[in-house]
Order: sequence, then C-alpha cells, then structure tokens
Amino acid sequence: MLKKYFPSILACLALAVLFTIVQVGISGGLLSGYWITNIYLMGINIILASSLNLINGFTGEFSLGHAGFMAVGAFTGAIVTANLGLPFPLAIIAGMLAAAIAGVIVGLPTLRLRGDYLAIATLGFGEIVRVVLMNIDYVGGASGMMGIPEVVNWPIIFISVVLSLLLIRNFIGSSHGRACLAVRENDLAAQMMGVNITYYKVLAFVIGAALAGLAGVLYAHYYSIIQPKEFSFMLTFDVLVMVMVGGLGSLTGSVVGAVLLTTASAFLQAIPELRMVLYALLLIVSAVFRPQGLLGEKEITLRTFERWGGVLYAALNRKQTE
Amino acid sequence: MKFWRKRGKALALLTVLTFVFGVFAAGCGDNAAENGDTIKIGVNYELSGPVATYGTSCKNGIMLAFEEINKDGGVLGKDIEGLVQDNKSQNREARNIAEKLVSQGVVAVIGPATTGNVRAAEPVLSKAKITLLATAATAPEVTYNEKTKKVRDYVFRVCIIDPDQSQVMSNYIFDELKLKNGAIIVDKDNDYSVGLGRTFKEFFTAKGGKIVAEEGFVPTDTAFKPQLTSIASKKPDFIYIPAYYNQVGLIIKQARELGIDLPIMGADGWDSPKLVSLAGEGNLSQCYFTNHYSIEDPAEHIQNFINAYKEKHDTTPDAFAALGYDAGYLMAEAIKQAGSADPQKIQDALLNIKDFEGVTGKLSYDEKHNPIKEVSIIEMVDGKQKLIKKMQPEH
Amino acid sequence: MQDLLQQLLNGLSQGSIYALIAVGYTMIYGIIQLINFAHGDVIMVGAYVALGAVLMGFGFIPSLLIAMLVCAVLGVLIERVAYRRVRPVSRLAALTSAIGVSLFLEYTMMYFLGADIRTFPPGVLAERTYSLGGVMITNKDLLVLGTTVILVVVLQYIIFRTRTGKAMRAVSFDGQAAQLMGVNVNNTVAITFFIGSAMAAAAGMLYGIYFNSVQPLMGLMPGLKAFIAAVLGGIGSIPGAMLGGILLGMTESLVAGFGGSMYRDAVAFIILILILLIKPTGLLGKGVQEKV
Repeated sequence: MLKKYFPSILACLALAVLFTIVQVGISGGLLSGYWITNIYLMGINIILASSLNLINGFTGEFSLGHAGFMAVGAFTGAIVTANLGLPFPLAIIAGMLAAAIAGVIVGLPTLRLRGDYLAIATLGFGEIVRVVLMNIDYVGGASGMMGIPEVVNWPIIFISVVLSLLLIRNFIGSSHGRACLAVRENDLAAQMMGVNITYYKVLAFVIGAALAGLAGVLYAHYYSIIQPKEFSFMLTFDVLVMVMVGGLGSLTGSVVGAVLLTTASAFLQAIPELRMVLYALLLIVSAVFRPQGLLGEKEITLRTFERWGGVLYAALNRKQTE
Repeated sequence: MKFWRKRGKALALLTVLTFVFGVFAAGCGDNAAENGDTIKIGVNYELSGPVATYGTSCKNGIMLAFEEINKDGGVLGKDIEGLVQDNKSQNREARNIAEKLVSQGVVAVIGPATTGNVRAAEPVLSKAKITLLATAATAPEVTYNEKTKKVRDYVFRVCIIDPDQSQVMSNYIFDELKLKNGAIIVDKDNDYSVGLGRTFKEFFTAKGGKIVAEEGFVPTDTAFKPQLTSIASKKPDFIYIPAYYNQVGLIIKQARELGIDLPIMGADGWDSPKLVSLAGEGNLSQCYFTNHYSIEDPAEHIQNFINAYKEKHDTTPDAFAALGYDAGYLMAEAIKQAGSADPQKIQDALLNIKDFEGVTGKLSYDEKHNPIKEVSIIEMVDGKQKLIKKMQPEH
Repeated sequence: MQDLLQQLLNGLSQGSIYALIAVGYTMIYGIIQLINFAHGDVIMVGAYVALGAVLMGFGFIPSLLIAMLVCAVLGVLIERVAYRRVRPVSRLAALTSAIGVSLFLEYTMMYFLGADIRTFPPGVLAERTYSLGGVMITNKDLLVLGTTVILVVVLQYIIFRTRTGKAMRAVSFDGQAAQLMGVNVNNTVAITFFIGSAMAAAAGMLYGIYFNSVQPLMGLMPGLKAFIAAVLGGIGSIPGAMLGGILLGMTESLVAGFGGSMYRDAVAFIILILILLIKPTGLLGKGVQEKV
C-alpha cells in the first residue's frame, strides 16, 4: 500500500522542499530582487515551454503563435483586473478562456495545413494579434496597459507551474494523449484506426494556447505593464529554443530547457547580440545533430532515480563481494 | 555524410561548451564593476533591440559627461562610476536591470530612453526610493500618474514632454506658416509617435485648423506610397510625421518621388544625420521639426559639447546624445547640491534645481517633475539644419 | 481614377519586389519542400555585400555580381551545414534549423555591423521620376520590374531547357526515384540553392537601393511575404511566383491606400491561410497528391 503511493509522496515532499527553500530565500531577503524576478520568469517560461512542447513535440504540429496566445491572455487578464476591477483569479480564468478561444479560431482552419505551412500561418496569427491590439484604444493602443495590480508572488507562480505540468502530463498519459502521439507518428494510420485527427490536433492546440494565456496573465500581473510590441515573434523564438534544447516530446526536458536558458539569459545579459547568436547556434546544432533535443523523449522521473540508485547499489554490492 | 556523423557530437559539444564559457565570461565581467570609493550611478539603456540607436546615443552622452566631470575632479571628491546595463529595448529587461542596479547599490539611475521602458523600470526604483532620471521619455504619464492624479516622486526627466512639442509645432504651423489643413502619419507601434500625433491634433483643431487625413504604419513597413497617395488625394497643406528618422527618411523620399512637395513637419525623433542619407539631400527642403536643441546654436557650451562628442564618436551628436549629456551633468549637479550621495538627498536636490544650464536649454522643474524649457524649431534646407527660433510652450 | 491607377502602380512596384524574392524562394521550396526561412536573410546579406562593394568603389553591375556570388556560396553552405543532414530525418527539425540559420545571420550581422540602418550612397543609380498623365513612376520601379521579368525568363529556360533543369524537376517530383535513375540528388539540391541564393542577392541589392535602407532585420518581412506570394502563385512554379508577388503587392497597396494601412500584413497572412484552405496548389501550381 505504502509502496504504491511512495513515489507520489516523495514527489510532493520534493516540491514542498523546493517551494520552502525559495520562499525562505525571498522572505528572508537572501535573494536579491534581480534573482527573484528571474525565478518568476523561469516559472513563466516553464509554462510557456511545456505548453509549446505539447503542441510541437507531442502532436507534431509546428506552431509559432505562442507569443500571440500569451498576448491574448495577458491583455484579457489585465482588462479583468485593471479596467474592470475584478479579482485576480477571475483574470486567470478569463485569460485562459480567451486564449483557448483564440486557439480554436486559429486551430480549426489552420491545423488542416501541413506542419510547415502551419508554422507560417501561426506566425502570421501572432503578428495579427499584435496589430489588432495596437489599434484598440481600450487596451491603450501602442502604449499598452499599465497599472495592472502586481499580485503575482512565489506561491501563485509555483502553483501555476505545478498545475500546468500536471495537466500536460496527465493529458499525455490519457487516452487523448496517446491519440495525439499516434497523430504525430503517422496521422494517416491514426485516422485509419479511427482517431479523429482534427479533434485531437485542435484539442492539444487549445490546451497549449490556454496555458500560454495563463503565462500571459502571470506576466501581466507581475510586470504591471504590457505593450503589444513585447509579444513579438522573438518571444516565441526564445520559447522554441527552450523546447528544442530540452527535447521535443519531453516534458521534463522543457522544464530543464526553460530553467537553463532563463539562467543563461540572465548571465548573458551584458552581451545580448551574442546571446542571440549563441541561441541561434544552439537551435541549429540541436536540430541538426540531436533533432530529439538534449533529453530526447526521455523523461526524468522517480524511476530514473530508482534505476540510477539500483545501478549504484549493484555496483557497490559487486565491489563488496569482490 | 560520415564526416558529419563523426564530428557531429564533437561539434555539438563544442557549441555547448562555448555557450557555457560565454555565460561564465559574461558573469565574471559583471563583478569587475564592484569596487570601492566611487559614486555609482545606474545607466539603464536600450543598447540592443529595435530602439538601440537611441539608447546608445543617450548612453554615449551620459558617459561623455561623466568622463568630463571625473577629469575635473569628480563630485564631492569622488569619481562618478556609470554602471552601464543593456535592457534590450524590452520592458521586462528594463525592470530586471533596475532590480540588478538596485542590488549593486547605485544611488540613482539614469534611463531608460523610451517611455514604455521607463514605466516598466519605475515601480522597482520607486519602491527602493531611488531616483530615476529619464532622458528621452516624453509621455506625460512617465512622471505623473493620470489615474491616481499623483506625481511619481522618484521620477524626473530632462526632455520636454509630448504636448510641449506638438503645441509649439501646431502654433508655428498655424500662426506663422498660416497653413490650415493637415495630414498626420504616425508609427502605430510606438507610443511616443501615437502620443505626439494625438496631442498635435488636439492643439491644431483647437486653434481652428483641420486634420484632413490620418494614416499609420508599423515599424517593419518600408513602402509608404499607398498611404501617401491616399493622403495627397485629400489635398492637405502639410503633413505632420512625428516618428523616428528610420521611417521618416523613407516617407519623405517616397513622398517627393510621388511629386508631393508639401511641407513636412515632425519632432525630435527626426534628429539624426541618418535622416539626410535616408531621404536624400535634395528631398529635405520645406521640412520642419521641433527639437531639444540645435547643432547650429552658436552658444559656446553647446559647440564644446558637439566637438567633444564628434571627437569621441566620429559623428555629430543627435538630440538623444545631448539629452544624455545633460542628464549626466544634472545628476552630478544634484549630488553636489545635496552634499552627499544619499539617494533621498539626491531626490530632494533635484526637486530644487533652478535654471540648470544644459546643452538642451535652461532647466527648472514644474510640480509634475517636467522641465520647463524652450523648444527649438528647426528647418531643413537641402538637408542642412537651420535653427528658426526657440519658443516657450504655454502651460 | 488617377489615384486608383497610382495605387495599382504602387502595388505593381511593391509586388515586383515580392516577385523577385519569391522566384528564388519557390525554386528552393519546390525542390526540397522546406520553407527556407533564411531566404529573407540571404537577401539581407546580399544587400550588405553589395553595399560594401559599392562603398569600395565598384559600379552597379560589378557589385551586383559580387553580391550574387557571395550569396550563392553562402546558400550552398547553409544547405550543406544546416539542412542536408536533417532534411530526411524530420521536417520539423529542418524547419527549426532554418529558423536558427535565419536568426544566426541576422544577429551575427548585428553583432559585427550594428543595428544601424545604412544607405547606398547617392549616385549608384541616377534616380529619375516620370509623370505619365499625373501617375508617377521612377526608373527604380522599371528596373525592379524589368529584372524580375528577365530572371523569370532565364529561370524558366534553365529549368525546362537544360540538363540541370531536368534533374531539378526530377528531384522535385520524386527525389528517391531520381536518385535511382542516376541523378545526383545532393548536387542538384546544391545547384538549386546556388541559383536561388544568387537571385536572393540580386533582390537584396535592388531592395536596398529601392528603399534606400539596409539593416540586419530587413529580410524578415519581405521573406515571409515572398513565401506567401510563392504559395499564392503555386509553390514551385516560377511564373506563379511572379504572378503571386504582383497580386500580393497590389492587394496590399489597395488595402493600405484605402484606409487599412495597419492591416496590410494581416491581409497578407489571411490570403495565405485562405489559399491553403481553398486551393493549396496555388494559382498556377500543378496538383500534387500527398504521397502515402
């Protein structure tokens, strides 16, 4: 009985420890404002990378519209709190919902397109979102929205990240998720087996979009100011690098990629052009030599540790018997 | 094929190693700035990204000022050390940099250049009670919160605000050039441009003028003939283009190619030698813009600045460099008057600055932390700047 | 009426620039079915090389040839390093690699030469403006349109009248079968990149002169637009690319000229989505069955 739940308990424990360490660091003044910002950014990036991975990695589509969905979420959320004066949880719900609806609107017609056409179409979608926002005076036009309540703190970021990852993981593990994988591997064969491919493509796309919307809401309520020009293609590109480095189709890979590249970005802050050159090189090298990314489709799970532990144990045993 | 398979892994490894090395090298570089007995002032600017040229100009102006001040013995017996950081023209980075500068123990921060980035950085500095001196952020909102009707205590600026520029230009066009029907083209992705366009329309129509056409563009646009053709068909007397020289140069050129020889007006974003090479000398006549200063101004301190800048950077300073230069000196002056490098005392001293003589004019602050300064009107004649007059905006 | 004519002419000159870029784009896409994201950036490199040559004192034609040669080599290099290995493995990885190359070119350029906008010195091309009954046209418009037409004719000749062209068509029809028939697929792809990138360089130089501005990110939007033009005309078809480019340019010009200047990019992307949904083969493309 205990053995069955042991991994989950261990995972919860590990999460609790991580949460507490950072919380103590923040409230104890051990972390400077700069690093707190970067930790929050890491959280937001984890949500963005894992949700893009759900679309690009698990269903094998190629979306470049993540910045657009994020913008939809950010602006909707900001309208709810800053313009309407409603509480933050409503902003999260509204932001995710709006991004999901945008996902349906974009997904339904374009997901019938082949991967690379989809890439350009979604890229275009992102640009359209920006231009439309620029022309709506209600959300401030080019100057965007400001004075958005700064309510985001570590517990909110932490919970959002954990719930997003759980959602994606459970989705992939479910029969829906396996249908998505089938679509990725061979959509024709999947169709033959009775999988409604459009449904599953759109479903994964919409979940990914909604999570990007969530990231947008968090972003808006941390920085308190958002402008349409922030949500350009470059933002999607940053997320794409995280996904590619971590591994298309590996959830833990996305987490590692997001953490790694947010940290790297903070250190490379002084040489931004070189940062972009290095990012571009990373993208080329990972695409050419390890199209499956650093981790490939491998996941780091508790079993990984068990296996490593087992190997270590066996090795030690062997030593002893010798 | 085999070559790549074999070397592939090595190459991948090499890239990763270079990356890691780059990260470390950059990380180490940061710490070198940490040394003893100087007054540390943050310089948070757009050194890369879409508006890098403006940020870089500002930074060059500031660092030139610091260099001269230190050569003359610094302030309060100490050297001023400018901690230069690049915010990549991004709001979030502008804020991150503000956090970073606070943790590095700066006593005040100069920059960022653009309105959006200043507003992103402001909450961090206000919370830390450290003064932010903006150089080129011209939106009224930067120093004054319209929603709560409160002045942002720790934000000051050296530039005139949008309404001042558009007011002076609309007065000049209406009263002296006697033109009544205008067209406006703005960069819709730029709050500076949109703000100027909006306030210009308000002032101009309040005087009895008419805006017969309004057009917009996005920064990636290069073809403006469709908008210009459409504007020409509405028969305006002039076109007001409050945008940056990158696009303005192309617009003026294309307008002249279409045979539109109307006067074209603009604002401080025009001020760059690049405008001339983009538009072509012959096309730059009958063009007027408002600016913070004029390189034609014979005043000695202005010419000294222009020569010093030219010597160092091999180009004539634009308005951004001049504003940066003034910001550097103003900050030093505030520290001198405060008699200490305490952030709070610097803020107090800035509040009480009276008639600070800068390159961009005499500066005192009004109750909203906006400088009360004259606005220069400059005419372009065959690509050469000619100072027409200086006008005091009405408040 | 005169305004409408002027707008159509504005569209024609903008469209011929798209067409000029789209011609190279469609060739490359036609043969490897990969969106060469970096094509726009090869244009940018071409513009810089041409600018450099002009500043070193070369004339218009020599600068053009230098830029074309440099970019042709660059194109072959890009294909060799970033695409060849990954193309057969995964299309998405190839596309990712292409995006990587695009950003690599942009930011390497920015790192070394700065983000500053640069201009061709006046006098590379003596500019003239003609008025045809009130409709204004410049000699630059004529130059761009003329170059596009000449390139289309030359490329059509290469593709349909030479052995290399035959090989290209074979590879684009069925790479594996072509290989079995003794076509050297890798060489053919390399030649396609060589020609396509040279075209891009020519487009880059003309673009730089036409708009009088050269900067590291100049190729991004035109590249995307040219792709849309290529899809609109029928991917792989050279006359199609020309037709698509001009149609796209005119549509954009009319949209921008009649109040929608903010939405001209949006309209272009919507055209892309519509054409892909309604007639994926484009206006002049051949119907190709998706192979199973």
